[in-house]
Amino acid sequence: MPSPEQWTRPDPGAGPAATAAQPSPEQVIAGLRATTEGGAELTQLLTPEGERLADSRFDPYLADIDAEALRGLYRDMVLVRRADRESNAMQRQGQLGIWVPLLGQEAAQVGSGRALRPADMAFPSYREHGVAYTRGIDFRELLGIFRCTDHSGWDPAEYGFHPYTIVIGNQVLNAAGYAMGQKFDGKVGNADDAENEATIVYFGDGATSQGDVHEGFVWGAVYDAPVVYFCQNNQWAISEPTERQSRLPLYQRARGYGFPGIRVDGNDVLACLAVTRWALDECRHGNGPVLIEAFTYRMDAHTTTDDPTRYRLSDELEAWKLKDPIERVRAHLARAGGTEQDFFDGVDAEADEFAAQLRDFCFTMPDPPPERIFSEVYADTPAALDAQREEYLNYLAGFAGGEH
Amino acid sequence: MTTTSDTRSAVGPAVSAVAEPRTLTYSEAVREAMAQAMAADDRVFLLGEDVGTYGGAFGVSGDLVHRFGTERVRDTPISELGIVGAAVGAGLAGMRPIVEIQFSDFTAQAMDQIANQAAKIHFMLGGAATVPMVLRAPGGSGTGAAAQHSQSLEAWFAHVPGLQVVMPSTAADAKGLLLSAIDDPNPVIVLEHKLLYKQSGPVPEEPVRVRLGETAVRRTGTDVTIVATGVMVSRALEAAERLAADGVSASVLDPRTLRPLDDQTIVDSVAATGRALLVQEAPKTGGFMSEIAARIVESPAFGRLQAPVSRLCGLDVPIPYAPQLEQAAVPQVDDIVTKAAELVRRW
Ligand SMILES: Cc1ncc(C[n+]2csc(CCOP(=O)(O)OP(=O)(O)O)c2C)c(N)n1
Ligand SMILES: [Mg+2]
Repeated sequence: MPSPEQWTRPDPGAGPAATAAQPSPEQVIAGLRATTEGGAELTQLLTPEGERLADSRFDPYLADIDAEALRGLYRDMVLVRRADRESNAMQRQGQLGIWVPLLGQEAAQVGSGRALRPADMAFPSYREHGVAYTRGIDFRELLGIFRCTDHSGWDPAEYGFHPYTIVIGNQVLNAAGYAMGQKFDGKVGNADDAENEATIVYFGDGATSQGDVHEGFVWGAVYDAPVVYFCQNNQWAISEPTERQSRLPLYQRARGYGFPGIRVDGNDVLACLAVTRWALDECRHGNGPVLIEAFTYRMDAHTTTDDPTRYRLSDELEAWKLKDPIERVRAHLARAGGTEQDFFDGVDAEADEFAAQLRDFCFTMPDPPPERIFSEVYADTPAALDAQREEYLNYLAGFAGGEH
Repeated sequence: MTTTSDTRSAVGPAVSAVAEPRTLTYSEAVREAMAQAMAADDRVFLLGEDVGTYGGAFGVSGDLVHRFGTERVRDTPISELGIVGAAVGAGLAGMRPIVEIQFSDFTAQAMDQIANQAAKIHFMLGGAATVPMVLRAPGGSGTGAAAQHSQSLEAWFAHVPGLQVVMPSTAADAKGLLLSAIDDPNPVIVLEHKLLYKQSGPVPEEPVRVRLGETAVRRTGTDVTIVATGVMVSRALEAAERLAADGVSASVLDPRTLRPLDDQTIVDSVAATGRALLVQEAPKTGGFMSEIAARIVESPAFGRLQAPVSRLCGLDVPIPYAPQLEQAAVPQVDDIVTKAAELVRRW
């Protein structure tokens, strides 16, 4: 089955060996190591071991997150991961043309997505299935994009979620423009905070090299636009490690544009939620933009057509497994008491059901009809294109009649 | 028909020594051309996204990084404008950069450097400098890659004076045209096709150049001249086989280089057959086949035409995502057969 990013694999054996302990000279030259440590600047509220760290700056943004709410975030992440794994499996079975896995990025996506209010607008790239889920988009609606039936399946205005953008970096400019629109519309800095809005835009570490992202930063900055630039630094842009894109930790670039930048533990759902709430608040009050670098890791391949063992080292993955975004919440809930095994079992059962529904839906998705080719090129189809459509449908009818 | 290859090779022996050529895939042929050019000339280097260890988005650069090192096979930051801009600069410094853009659609990001700098520097400097850059990028539909990864953009480039545009349709041409492009002092856009990468054909082992600006006659017939580019060439040849069985004799011409275009070979063929069917994957309106149609009707072949010059093109729509719609949006063998037969029978 065809796929949006048709990576052809070169001969096996050309890639790196399995371990970073003894890298070959070529691997050293090629810089085949991603950074695993976020450094001292990392904002973290929940350690990989599940210990809650007090933070005077960001704790106020979690005042409403009691154990029940944390269980909700846990459930979100488990469902999203299960749907991701199921979709990945369906691609392997030929039911989807491609899948873009989010494995490992659940906390970054659920935490930031849950920080949004309904009136806010989100611009995703192509991996943000977890954000889509938090915006209320039925996971099933995403499948059309990966089953090659549709470029996009939802109304962005209804969900506050723009269609996926695959051309790297484009959406950052669009988000800056959207946020300028919110500001011109009087949705920023109102005394009644309920009237305020903000925009968030998602992009990767690789995208930060695109001119679009630089220009999007400039525009957001000079127009004081209410936009949160949310960079998921998952350490890789296909086969290129982040050091191929920047000398500087990415969040520090914000300074050059004149707005705040912050690095958050992207595998910590509480930190992602709190920091994004803060950033959105800043934007709504007229102090935008803000850059958030969510320091995380792409646990799986770039897409189902990629084989990461060719270019990255397996012990890096092992190191990141210890920082799993879901496990630390489970550990915390279990240790804090008040959350019984029943709850975890219940969420797992729910996830199975969620996956089964996804599978049923995928197998019964209809293919689009031929006239669909013409229907959405222009808002009002011009006469010349209508004529081309008539001609084309007649031509098809001719084939159907067995004339040829 | 003019000759399809030539022996002015700066490296390697004369072509007369070539035995029966062995078979390579189109992508292997491109890689071999790059490897031979890099081996022969230190100034030649490759830059692009994932061209190093990964071996290129479509596996074209393959093991080149292991053979030539990371300085000469450069993984770049994710910035197409940066890649082309840097290549232009390196070209001005006397290097011979080969740029790989992962999908030709993303030349859009780099268009400023391509159209405003690469194409015009020689002109604007009064000939004082050249930009010997080659830009390779795969175009075309048929892989389920959707609207932004499937376009056929040759007309964009062909419209810009100062650029040269090449669309190889066979493995041998993929190698031979690329070698000529690397030799050339001017910028050359080489539009490869995703569907052709895995197709095999005979390719000479030596670095045999295929000259830019020579239309290849792929088949000779008497009733209709089919002019096709890119992946449409093999479809046209298949259509011609079927037409022959049906009593219609078709010539199939492959311009290979769109700019500079060898229109004489096309005009001569049309003058002989009296009919022209021009087949491209790109949408009809404003496409390159419109240029070829104009050249035919402006030429003495006009007086020999027995039928209107006819275009068979992609529909005027972005490439749809669903495989059956994607197929329907661009000419297939059936469509070429139908259209050519109609042209011959009706006129
Ligand atoms: C303009 C453009 N250039 C190249 C590509 C091919 N491509 C797709 S994803 C990707 C890497 C992006 O990496 P990053 O921004 O880190 O996002 P991630 O995939 O890691 O989420 C590339 C180069 C593209 N889609 N668009
Ligand atoms: Mg990345």
